Amino acid sequence: MTASDKAILTIENLTVDFLSEGDPARAVDNVSFNVCPGETLVILGESGSGKSVSTGTVMGLIDCPPGDIVSGALLFDGIDLTELDEESRRALNGRRIAMIFQDPLAYLNPVYTVGRQIAEVFEAHSDSDVGDVRERVAKLLERVGIPDAGRRIDYYPHQFSGGQRQRVMIAMAIALKPDILIADEPTTALDVSVQSQILELLGDLQRETGMALIMITHDLEVAAAMADRIIVMNGGKVVESGKAQDVFTNPVHAYTRRLMTALPHRSPTTEPTPSAEVQGEILLKVENLSKHYVLGAGSFSPKREFRAVDDVSFTVHRGETVGIVGESGSGKSSIARMLLRLDEPTSGRALFAGEDIFALEGRALNGFRRRVQMVFQDPFGSMNPRMNVRSIISEPWAIHRDILPKARWNDRVVELLELVGLKGEHADRHPHQFSGGQRQRIAIARALASEPELIVCDEAVSALDVSIQMQVIGLLADLRSRLGLSYVFITHDLPIVREFADRIMVMQQGKVVEDSNTEMLFNSPSHPYTMSLLNSVPRPKWAR
Amino acid sequence: MMLGYIGRRAYHSIISLVGLLTLVFFLTRLTGDPSALYLPLDSSLEAREAFARLNGLDQPIYVQFLQYLQNLLSLDFGQSLRRNRSAIDVALEAFPATLKLAFVAMALATTLAITVGALAAARPRSIFDRVAGLVSLAGASTPDFWIAIVGILVLAVGLGVLPTSGTGTGWHWIMPIAVLMLRPFGLLVQVVRGTMISALASPYIKTAHAKGMKRHKIIFGHALRNSLLPVITVAGDLATGLINGAVVVETIFGWPGIGKLMIDSIIQRDFAVVQSTILVTAIAIFIVNIAIDLLYVMLDPRIRY
Repeated sequence: MTASDKAILTIENLTVDFLSEGDPARAVDNVSFNVCPGETLVILGESGSGKSVSTGTVMGLIDCPPGDIVSGALLFDGIDLTELDEESRRALNGRRIAMIFQDPLAYLNPVYTVGRQIAEVFEAHSDSDVGDVRERVAKLLERVGIPDAGRRIDYYPHQFSGGQRQRVMIAMAIALKPDILIADEPTTALDVSVQSQILELLGDLQRETGMALIMITHDLEVAAAMADRIIVMNGGKVVESGKAQDVFTNPVHAYTRRLMTALPHRSPTTEPTPSAEVQGEILLKVENLSKHYVLGAGSFSPKREFRAVDDVSFTVHRGETVGIVGESGSGKSSIARMLLRLDEPTSGRALFAGEDIFALEGRALNGFRRRVQMVFQDPFGSMNPRMNVRSIISEPWAIHRDILPKARWNDRVVELLELVGLKGEHADRHPHQFSGGQRQRIAIARALASEPELIVCDEAVSALDVSIQMQVIGLLADLRSRLGLSYVFITHDLPIVREFADRIMVMQQGKVVEDSNTEMLFNSPSHPYTMSLLNSVPRPKWAR
Repeated sequence: MMLGYIGRRAYHSIISLVGLLTLVFFLTRLTGDPSALYLPLDSSLEAREAFARLNGLDQPIYVQFLQYLQNLLSLDFGQSLRRNRSAIDVALEAFPATLKLAFVAMALATTLAITVGALAAARPRSIFDRVAGLVSLAGASTPDFWIAIVGILVLAVGLGVLPTSGTGTGWHWIMPIAVLMLRPFGLLVQVVRGTMISALASPYIKTAHAKGMKRHKIIFGHALRNSLLPVITVAGDLATGLINGAVVVETIFGWPGIGKLMIDSIIQRDFAVVQSTILVTAIAIFIVNIAIDLLYVMLDPRIRY
């Protein structure tokens, strides 16, 4: 069924270099694959594995220079894509090959209505005189599940939710019924419940039109749910390929096997890492915390109150790890920001070691900041790019003079770097010289520098690759038992905290809907929302 | 919503206007006593006192100031000492000449700069980009008085193809406009090029390529619209500079605009005229600023006031 003579797209021995300051770096190394009509091929790999570059060449989206196709053939329906001039390339893009991307907000032009942006596909391929364009666009929007499409056609991208924006992108891609749809991490930026809807939509459209689907993802569940065939890429090379079920149930290559064990969503195989001795003492006690925002204060719309955090109470004991789980907009990050006094609450109290956090001022507030630290989602964005690692880590000591005499700073930076699994000589480098996982380790070292008692992690591993995610969580768990730390661990990914948190709080629209012991929550969730979160993890295609 | 916004802006503008007029009132009085300029050197003490009394200059300065404010309320902006006419009329008469000059110069500079900057950004490091970079840098950094004087020397005095100064024919417009637009053009090319390069690297440009759109439509349709906001900010700033009276250029080319009037009146200690020119230009600048804010809203649907 995968005979290459039936394939609509065949890539043979593709090698792509990127030239950076004269040094060619090999992004894609001798990669071959093909895809047949009606088939779904998943390209699985972590960031930097070359998966996006290999599909980018198919659409001619790799700039040359700095990109350089060194060798290989890209055959689409008998046409060699490497030999196309600009005009013939343009005739294929959007009409016969279409693409959707990871972050639909960034990939839609913010200043034009979605209707106009979809209509451009018809215009670009001189297809705009066939029927009423507006009506066709509205039909497309309706087909991808945008409610009230006739009116929403005139809305701008920022007026849609994340999932709806991806639907708009899909509408744009399928406008002219392409032969191939390339989906580059289409659900990575979306909540799990939205993710399954988008995947379902893609599956339905494929059945309707018989298009080939090439899906790029780092997410094993998504891969399993969609794939007929899988190729696994690592370091620019294809390390494994075959039927989806075979690759998942019987991985041959060592990298694939490692990837499969990094899967946090399997039932626990290892014993949960023990927390630091949970002592009876209450470290943090949050009482009836609320944060309300006033929306639409314009003179046309009546004032509405948005309850980002609505009457939330919980406690963290010394040595305990509390997971706060919820989808975007559930209020979990607002809680983190208030606990660190980065934002003021509308009402409520939070007692840290008996003292009300929101009443602290001046010197007392400074002392509190030292005892509670935060690790952010985006380690790159939360570090000053012009400071080297040494100054980033030692900055807390310049603020809190009593922690460490200046003479000991250098030694302590090295100690901290080694503690988080980096090397002492990394101290003189700058943040951009590290990988995402390494940067998050630096962020953790910086948090540890002020010798805190509580660390608040806000989506601290969400931006990282799966295998790195587990490494960082492992590090946090290890530090917990060695240093007796307590954590508030905020995430949208429920399974990831299973082996890490002692207790989990599930939040929805600002409210805590479930708060219980981790094992109990997974084995017998009581709230319907928790159940839906647990069930929205997609099922493998072959098991349906 | 929009009207409320304009109302709020107008209200804030009036506060700053009163502050500005106060400052100008006292600063002009620091330049000295007008009677020293307007009466013959050997005029008698009585004559000087009579002149002062006639023009209210004998009163303590705070009384003069209160009187000025009171007159403002009844839209009386004072008399020109020099011309013996209503000061505001003198200022309003000179203003159109400046406005025309500023408008033509800015319109030409902006249109040219957007075209050149966008084309340069479309092919960075091409020959065109390098030449555009060089020309715009030269334009932005050449002092206008120097280029004006060299222009007169070469084109008017030397070759005799253009008039040296004054108004009248279309030929009179060429040199003042060319000199005036040089700096805005140079600065704007650089701004357009920079914002266009980052707009062209945006993800939505990739989407446009994936849709199979024509290259020029991607550049001028998708990228340009998104890169216009910072351009408008800078252009607005430069435009207010020109409305404020291109003092140097108007003086060199003898252009009867508000800039020249302002500098003449300061030298002549014609207080009421100085105050009136500043009032007129300040109001014009406030209007330009509000217009720019409204342009923002038109260009970017995400901005709402």
